Amino acid sequence: MSKPDRPATESRRGFVNWLLGTSAGAFVVSAFYPVARFVVPPLEAESATSSVTLPFGPAEIGTNQGKSFRFGNRPGLLVRTPSGELRAFSAECTHLSCTVQYRTDESRIWCACHNGFFDLTGTNVQGPPPRPLETYDVNVRGDQIVVGLKA
Amino acid sequence: MENHESRLSAIWNWLDQRIGLAPAISLARKKEVPVHKHSIWYYMGGMTLFLYLVQIGTGILLLIYYRPSAEEAYESVQFLMTDVKFGWLVRSIHHWAANLMIFMAFVHLVSVLFMKAYRPPRELTWFSGVILLALALAFGFTGYLLPWNELAFFATRVGTEIVGVFPFVGDFALKIARGGTDVTGATLTRFYGVHVAILPAIGFFFLGLHLLLVQKLGMSVPPSIENSGSPKRAMKFVPDFFLRDAIGWLVAVALLVTLAAFLPAHLGVKADPFAAAPAGIKPEWYFMFMFHQLKLLPAHILGIEGELVGVMAFALGGVFLFLVPFLDRNAARGKPSPLFTWIGIAILAYILIMTWLGYTADPMG
Repeated sequence: MSKPDRPATESRRGFVNWLLGTSAGAFVVSAFYPVARFVVPPLEAESATSSVTLPFGPAEIGTNQGKSFRFGNRPGLLVRTPSGELRAFSAECTHLSCTVQYRTDESRIWCACHNGFFDLTGTNVQGPPPRPLETYDVNVRGDQIVVGLKA
Repeated sequence: MENHESRLSAIWNWLDQRIGLAPAISLARKKEVPVHKHSIWYYMGGMTLFLYLVQIGTGILLLIYYRPSAEEAYESVQFLMTDVKFGWLVRSIHHWAANLMIFMAFVHLVSVLFMKAYRPPRELTWFSGVILLALALAFGFTGYLLPWNELAFFATRVGTEIVGVFPFVGDFALKIARGGTDVTGATLTRFYGVHVAILPAIGFFFLGLHLLLVQKLGMSVPPSIENSGSPKRAMKFVPDFFLRDAIGWLVAVALLVTLAAFLPAHLGVKADPFAAAPAGIKPEWYFMFMFHQLKLLPAHILGIEGELVGVMAFALGGVFLFLVPFLDRNAARGKPSPLFTWIGIAILAYILIMTWLGYTADPMG
């Protein structure tokens, strides 16, 4: 009998271990891949809203007043300035996306969450907001207000 | 009577032969707690644990009536508070025990920090403890949304938006956190799953590790006591320390019931995703210092958006806190480390002052 062929046994064992290790690894990956994909929410249909007709008319918003509206699935804010002009903005604060409101006492747009102020053109003028509010076009057609994305 | 005792011991022997109760008993008998002038701080962890158990009990009860959807969540909590017998009590205790648990966890952490109990070989105990505190905050954050009221809605909107501030991974992480790009019913369902299943599962793992390490390594004795060579007295854990623990827990139960009765948890107004954020909006008190800091930061700092600077600074602060056992080289070598005591005092003072300013600030700017 010759001596047992050790290197051959070891390389065989090494191969089996390698096979076992990679199989275990592949098993773990194949088990966790679906879990990881499951946790990521599916793509929502992108909000295709480009214009909305508001559920209230121009007569229902007085001077120096603000009113919230839905712009697709996002909040919007319609403001009638002290000079009587209608302006529409996205109501999402550019800081940490709280919903802003019109402050009659200040005649400015205000975010209650972190005390940010925007002027009547939507420009960030005070507090933490880093950018101006997105502005929309406002068209009054008879007793209807139509708000749309800027062309 | 004798008959009764012999029957008990027969049951005991039957169990002992099968699962080996004797070693567990002798281990419990051997456990001792050092007695010195700072021993009072040894009770803080046990108190936190007790409040966590209260949370599990009341949380399971709340599950019976709660419905995790944007259409039904608020109404189901309202039903629980008004129609269900003792529903108000269970929810109010859950609310108060959550707050007290996080408070006790903070006290526990601060006392461990000042007594340098994170010195070798207890680094892993510290790491698991900091992770448990983070989990407790995550419990608080996810639980806050579940009643689906106005305050919770905006707190969640701001809180998750902060995740989105991080460079590169922010947008993706925000979507994972919210279950979409906005805070919706999908976010509520997701937070519910995290609050009642995922966090408890992770929590049990780290709690188990934390408790195992405390058993294995024993209680840490502060360096000042160790160095003064004062007589090392000790107290048996069973029954002496445990009974003292139990008295504390009884006091906690009395306090919880009193708070629940006199200051029951509010429900507020149902969340409306299209309404403006209400004036005076604020997060839970343990997030107040960060919330107020973000309010005070300017829009841009050195050309970078202010909130990014703030959020990154808090993240680095968290990493620093986590790594204290590795950073405090002097304490690890058994030398005095006044620097870390002063850093601890500075952090504590900062948090207290910011929280105070947050509560006294004029909500209308």
